[in-house]
Amino acid sequence: MAISKVVANAQEACAGIESGMTLMLGGFGLCGIPENSIKQLVNLGVTNLTCISNNAGVDDFGLGLLLQGRQIKKMISSYVGENDEFERQMLSGELEVDLIPQGSLAERCRAGGAGIPAFFTPAGYGTEVGEGKETRDFNGKPHILETALTADYAIVKAWKGDTAGNLIFKATARNFNPMMAMAGTITVAEVEELVPLGELNPNEIHTPGIFVQRIFQGTGYEKRIEQRTVRTRG
Amino acid sequence: MLDKNGIAKRIAQELQDGFYVNLGIGIPTLVANYIPEGIDVEFQSENGILGMGPFPFEGDEDPDLINAGKQTITAMPGAVYFDSATSFAMIRGQHVQLTVLGAMEVAQNGDIANWKIPGRMVKGMGGAMDLVASAENIIVAMMHTNKRGESKLLPACSLPLTGVGCVTKVVTNMATLEIKDNAFHLLERAPGVTVEEIQAATAGKLVLPAGEVPEMSL
Repeated sequence: MAISKVVANAQEACAGIESGMTLMLGGFGLCGIPENSIKQLVNLGVTNLTCISNNAGVDDFGLGLLLQGRQIKKMISSYVGENDEFERQMLSGELEVDLIPQGSLAERCRAGGAGIPAFFTPAGYGTEVGEGKETRDFNGKPHILETALTADYAIVKAWKGDTAGNLIFKATARNFNPMMAMAGTITVAEVEELVPLGELNPNEIHTPGIFVQRIFQGTGYEKRIEQRTVRTRG
Repeated sequence: MLDKNGIAKRIAQELQDGFYVNLGIGIPTLVANYIPEGIDVEFQSENGILGMGPFPFEGDEDPDLINAGKQTITAMPGAVYFDSATSFAMIRGQHVQLTVLGAMEVAQNGDIANWKIPGRMVKGMGGAMDLVASAENIIVAMMHTNKRGESKLLPACSLPLTGVGCVTKVVTNMATLEIKDNAFHLLERAPGVTVEEIQAATAGKLVLPAGEVPEMSL
């Protein structure tokens, strides 16, 4: 039998998360974020968190909820617009912010999960991102050394998952979730639909269950849209 | 003088059959509205889709389907979704043939600044640094001057850089320019714009062609 990773809910899934820990949180904007677990982090009241996430949510949703309670000490992200409270805390010095090129952020998470301690990338060479970093030419082009990222807990959101922790994501809600799942000491996956073993086609699984320690079916997904853009019919 | 749609229209002429293209936020997004007839291109958005389609009809929005600007979109037949590491493997690995993005400043050596203004809230570079560091074919879409009327085509960027020596072409409301040999080479004038006006609005080194400067045909 496959090893069961199932826990009852967000409370059980987030057990052990303490103040001062480093967390990875999947999502791009508000798309594919672990809504249930974020609410549980608010309930836990843990503080001094270092959060690795591509964005920082909006004022009243996503990671913005943790910012409201001043639970985050440091954000590691690629883009942090759309959040007034974030801006206020950043400008007042309450919040430390490390901005990283998006591709480097993704690869640093992937590397962390894949046992690659560092890699060279051209992104950021000649800019302030490259300052103080080891530089080396490959094929006549300068690159900078970027190191892997790992986390005490990686918290991801998938569309479907089975009891073994295998995950399938939907559309662009996949984004950073698969790499972060690989890079957590403990990876928590919340899914819209938790299915029995054998229901997911092994050919179609995006994240193998070996990367997931705890899985639960979330409830009440809001799935807020940040920029609703439409065209008119006809 | 072109408006934003005019700039997008002109850049669309750079699309070639079989190109995979990454369009940045703002004017670049509009390029998708002017794909020349008879060619097939696919749009990549770095949050994880290839084969991005137009905005959905009202009521068809899917919160799980957005572009890198966090706008609701649709997927074309043959589209594919992938994670962020794979997305930037496409970009870093030079599998994307054309990148179009906006800029605050471009320098005559191809440097670009588009992510940070000192003293103002810094939102971050998003995927821009990865895109400009790796793409071979980068076109900047922007206004020729800023809101204060100052040239955005400079001898050297004054703002913090996004990438060095990477921009190959600039299409503005006034002109099409190629960047090579440490200068802006004027290729075309926008309709109704004179060479003198372009010279006056270009702070960086501007090289004029031997003969007449053709007007863009849009």
